[in-house]
Amino acid sequence: MGTNVSLEDKFQAFVDAENKVEPKDWMPEKYRKTLIRQISQHAHSEIIGMQPEANWITRAPSLRAKLILLAKVQDEAGHGLYLYSAAETLGEPREKMIADLQSGKAKYSSIFNYPTPSWADMGTIGWLVDGAAIQNQVMLTRTSYGPYARAMVKICKEESFHQRQGYEVVMKLAQGTPEQKAMAQESLNRWWWPSLMMFGPSDDNSPNSEQSMKWKIKRKSNDTLRQEFVDKTVPQAEYLGLSIPDPDLKWNEERGHYDFGEINWAEFYDVIKGNGPCNKERIAHHVKAHEEGAWVREAANAYAKKQAARKEGDASAA
Amino acid sequence: MSESNWKLWEVFLRSKNGLSHKHVGSLHAADADMAIKNARDVYTRRSEGISIWVVPSEEITASSPDEKDPLFTPSDDKVYRHPTFYDIPDDVEHM
Repeated sequence: MGTNVSLEDKFQAFVDAENKVEPKDWMPEKYRKTLIRQISQHAHSEIIGMQPEANWITRAPSLRAKLILLAKVQDEAGHGLYLYSAAETLGEPREKMIADLQSGKAKYSSIFNYPTPSWADMGTIGWLVDGAAIQNQVMLTRTSYGPYARAMVKICKEESFHQRQGYEVVMKLAQGTPEQKAMAQESLNRWWWPSLMMFGPSDDNSPNSEQSMKWKIKRKSNDTLRQEFVDKTVPQAEYLGLSIPDPDLKWNEERGHYDFGEINWAEFYDVIKGNGPCNKERIAHHVKAHEEGAWVREAANAYAKKQAARKEGDASAA
Repeated sequence: MSESNWKLWEVFLRSKNGLSHKHVGSLHAADADMAIKNARDVYTRRSEGISIWVVPSEEITASSPDEKDPLFTPSDDKVYRHPTFYDIPDDVEHM
């Protein structure tokens, strides 16, 4: 126990000095566990996040819009893979992460449990959901675990395209016919509050945050990130002539920030618990795709084995 | 490895000629050909590379962080390996 304490102190000093932790370095077991939980959850969010958007690929209003949406959904798959790769450096096997997602043991961002009934949602998701994700991810480019930080750098570069294309979709609607503008407003009304929930519980209800900040896994609190997001987004909505569905939203001169209304935390916890509009559908679809792909994975393995055997045969014959 | 899981590969990219390949991450694939194709899709969607190396992760031997001191500290006290160790008079230009 004595040496354990000193190892942990050494680790803390190392992190305090802004050093990055790499896979084979000694780390407290709880640091490893926290990272596996956070990175895999982040990866699952990218993968499940493909579903609400894929919903519109076949119905995109133009070829240009379809190409962009395809590229974006493909990026989300890529982001999921960078993150699974980072989590695997901590010794967590991929198949275990997938099993935990499918059993409900591992969570993903609650935002993806909301449906996308309107084309405007493709714009709003890029603008708000990716915007909120960027707020969090820019912070994570400086996280203390090296592979996670490197994955985030790559993801942030690509997310910037996601947010801008989303804003463009919303802008076209907002500047279009009154019906199109109404579509944009209706979509904003549905996504605003779930987007704010993406930053997680408020600071006084976020038990893991303090330790994560101490280890520099996180560098800003949930409430700080949420406030930054609100401050950035309000002028973007004003430019579009759309109104944010919060009667309490107003500029606070004294604080230098926007004040905003109370989040419906009961809804947040209910969706996390699995009772959101699409939780069951999202997991069922993931399980179905995974099971339907099983024969492909097996066939590719059989082919690889055969090729390897043939190569060996050629080598021994020569 | 079970029948339905593919093994892990480490991916290295050369971003352009004149630069070395650099590690960018890992992925799963059944064989080397598939690993190259998957690496193309996962790591080079925006012209990040012109050449890909894939290596089975299990084939990489790494030094241990515990060996860091015996391996690397001996070079710390060999300051004479650095050009700044030597006093050259200012009168001698361009050396």
